Amino acid sequence: MPVVPFLIIFPLMMAGLMFCIRVNRVRNAIAYIGSVVIMAAVGVLTFQWAHGGFQPIELYVNTEIADKVILCAEILLMIQVTILSFKYRKYWISLLSIIPTLAIAWLELFGPEMQTEEHIYIDHLSILMSVIIGVIGSLIIIYAVGYMHGYQHYHTKIGDRRYYFFMVLFAFLGAMFGFVLSESLLWIDLFWEATSVCSFLLIGYTREPEAIKNSFRALWMNLLGGTALAVGIIYFALTEGTVSLNVLVTQARLNHGDLMIPVALIAFAALTKSAQLPFSTWLMGAMVAPTPSSALLHSATMVKAGIYVLFRLAPAMSATTTGMMVAFVGGFTFLMASIMAIAQSDGKKVLAMSTISNLGLMVACAGVGRPETIWAGVFLMIFHAISKSLLFQDVGATENSLHSRDIENMHGLLYRLPRLAIFMFIGIAGMFLAPFGMLISKWAALKASVDENNILLVFFIVFGSATTSFYWTKWLGKIIANTNEAPVKDITKRNEMISIAIHGVLMIALCFLFPLLSRVYVDPMLREMFQVAEQTLPTTTLDLLMILVVFIFAVPLIAYSYSKNIKANKKLSYMSGINTGKNHAFTGSFGQNERLVLSNYYFKDICGVRKLMLPSQLVTAAVIVVMMIFIIGGAL
Amino acid sequence: MLYRVISILCYIILAPFLGGLLEGLDRKISARMQGRVGPPILQPFYDLIKLFKKQYIIVDRAQHFLLLSYLALVVFTGCMFFGGSDLLMCFFVLSTASVFLYFAAVITSSPYTTIGGQRELIQDMACEPALLFAALGFYLISGSFNIDTIVHSQYSAIAKLPGFFLAFVFILTIKMRKSPFDESASHHAHQELVKGITTEMGGRNLAIYNVTEWYETVLMLSVLALFIINENPWSYLAAALVICAAYFAEILIDNTAARVKTSTMLKMTWMVTLLSAGVNFLVLMLV
Repeated sequence: MPVVPFLIIFPLMMAGLMFCIRVNRVRNAIAYIGSVVIMAAVGVLTFQWAHGGFQPIELYVNTEIADKVILCAEILLMIQVTILSFKYRKYWISLLSIIPTLAIAWLELFGPEMQTEEHIYIDHLSILMSVIIGVIGSLIIIYAVGYMHGYQHYHTKIGDRRYYFFMVLFAFLGAMFGFVLSESLLWIDLFWEATSVCSFLLIGYTREPEAIKNSFRALWMNLLGGTALAVGIIYFALTEGTVSLNVLVTQARLNHGDLMIPVALIAFAALTKSAQLPFSTWLMGAMVAPTPSSALLHSATMVKAGIYVLFRLAPAMSATTTGMMVAFVGGFTFLMASIMAIAQSDGKKVLAMSTISNLGLMVACAGVGRPETIWAGVFLMIFHAISKSLLFQDVGATENSLHSRDIENMHGLLYRLPRLAIFMFIGIAGMFLAPFGMLISKWAALKASVDENNILLVFFIVFGSATTSFYWTKWLGKIIANTNEAPVKDITKRNEMISIAIHGVLMIALCFLFPLLSRVYVDPMLREMFQVAEQTLPTTTLDLLMILVVFIFAVPLIAYSYSKNIKANKKLSYMSGINTGKNHAFTGSFGQNERLVLSNYYFKDICGVRKLMLPSQLVTAAVIVVMMIFIIGGAL
Repeated sequence: MLYRVISILCYIILAPFLGGLLEGLDRKISARMQGRVGPPILQPFYDLIKLFKKQYIIVDRAQHFLLLSYLALVVFTGCMFFGGSDLLMCFFVLSTASVFLYFAAVITSSPYTTIGGQRELIQDMACEPALLFAALGFYLISGSFNIDTIVHSQYSAIAKLPGFFLAFVFILTIKMRKSPFDESASHHAHQELVKGITTEMGGRNLAIYNVTEWYETVLMLSVLALFIINENPWSYLAAALVICAAYFAEILIDNTAARVKTSTMLKMTWMVTLLSAGVNFLVLMLV
């Protein structure tokens, strides 16, 4: 299947092209073509795989040359990281890259002879990931073309390095494809490091002091995970004489013994990558970069890489100490991040917190490691990818027009920037409201954690679900609140709008399609992962859900068209003082006009980041350290 | 199947009458507690008829359709419940319904409804854990979220779920908008924000809101009954008695307790949920 190497190499070639072409127009055109080609290639891959009867495909058993190339690439990455670490005087960070890379190089060159296994493995999960990366990633690039134009226009202080920005975006996609399609852990390790470095480069795009600080924070945290991954791989290779991820999962599933060490180390690496506590701060810091990079980091790439690895490991983690650790960290992150999100009024910060929180739920689902929870986790992942990408793009576009991304300034957005507000509404609704998939995922996760006797996780989900609704609903209320303020000029570019609109349509389509998706795609995927043939969700529940979806979409529409033509006497709102006539000011007791300002509750002194972040980091760090000691000590 | 259709129809038709009647009784008993004569028991229905006849006044056109959606979703939840379907799903849909009430409040941009709406959200946040726990408790003892299965169990659920029951009764105070937790809208002038979330609802809109509240009260009390009901037909009588007792207790609390701050409400409710439902849950899971 030549399309597999194509998917990995083509984005890298595009990255090179992006770097070389310095004429904006030409580069933009090529970026469009490139992203469409990537989408098409994903389509071809999916088609070929489906044509083969949805069976897993194993490819490339003998790959000596490719192995050498991979090794060289890894060393190049190491050199790049080292140079940058020295340039910005963060010398110790380079160690986190040098040590694991050299260790891996040693394993490959001087280590014991490995069994030859396939290097590429295509199954339901990797196809799903490829589709998410291909479709959403490419749409984000299309959006980025328009967005970066406006961005450079307004941020004149920041040097125009768009060639560099698009280079990293494309390289990122290539690394992600390589990551999800690879089966050899050595290859996975390279692509893992590549995504870490790409995100580091994206975060530091503006080269401002804060950006540099945050980018290095992201770098060291992810490299720490990479080190754990490398150690896990080397341990596994030395004990079993193979570097196949599938072998690791099947073996570890059969006998928990000392194979739990690599499983735990890789799971730890995944926790850093998906920004779980105590490593959440890197994703928060990633906001300093231009919006498309946030959209990419939060939805299609990076954080999903961690989730992907955990899903792969899930069968091996089920009912083990590692699984407990992962489920605890995930559940705790879900709760704490959703509480911290309440205190945020910056739109992007709320999005970042909610990403961390939702990832926590997915991580917890993977940690429990039962078919039902993976089912829930997969749907969370799909919905989250689309809705987060949509929201980031939308908030970015709103910021360009409104010159603010503070939720308080979005009062009456529906009347001031109607197009963007509607899509923002769809995106937020997709994150938590009833007909959208998040809800049923929560349902399945709760049920499965009770079934699995995971008591703490039940508490986390029950309380976290309440706080999640709170911070989303108050944002929604801000958007739809009536206002008499003048509309804002919508300067969103057409390509940005196209990307946003496609996301919106996908979101709504998924609501209707997801029972089908569950039956046709996700259930077979779980059979593949767990070798048990059962339907995860009872048909009655799915049917009920379909009725619900139709009902919730239909009711407001019918009610709206009915109430549109009712004769009504429109009055001003009650303000205690005399309303000055436009609902936004009143005459106070001294006869002067007071402007009315409405603000949401934030409880900053109770649930602010400053208050809660450090304690939660300490708790999770302690849990991880203690559990890791238990796991490693117990296995040795 | 026929049985289900009948019980759904009964809910749709009878719930508002029952809810209205309960409110009438509530007002009567409250008045007697305060040494007043109080209105006739059918007063809520007279009020409702009058509201429907009144001039239709709005602040924002969208209020009406949002309130109608709120009504429809609450009724739908009730139908799910009486149709014997999934309890956890019922609670999820109910929380979506209350989002529509919030929208109907904040869309006017009026200061009083906006504050009321925000407080309503905090109330929902306070209630949700106890509701979800209740569903999980039933699941633990009957092995299913299906209400059909739950009502046909051998013993009353309360025997094993006393903590869940307590937490549920506690949030019932919030759901029924009783003091000390009548934050978002109050029946009486107990606080600075008397009508809160309903400030800008007039005439027909207020009528829709009232009817929805009745539907919701009946639904909540039915969930309460679920704790008592088992396969023995006499348990229905016991359930009715428990409902009456709980309602009376709510009225008593309403008339004796002073309102607390929203943050206090949230802390108290979560604490009670953790200590009663949470501990009960732990016991069930571990023993």
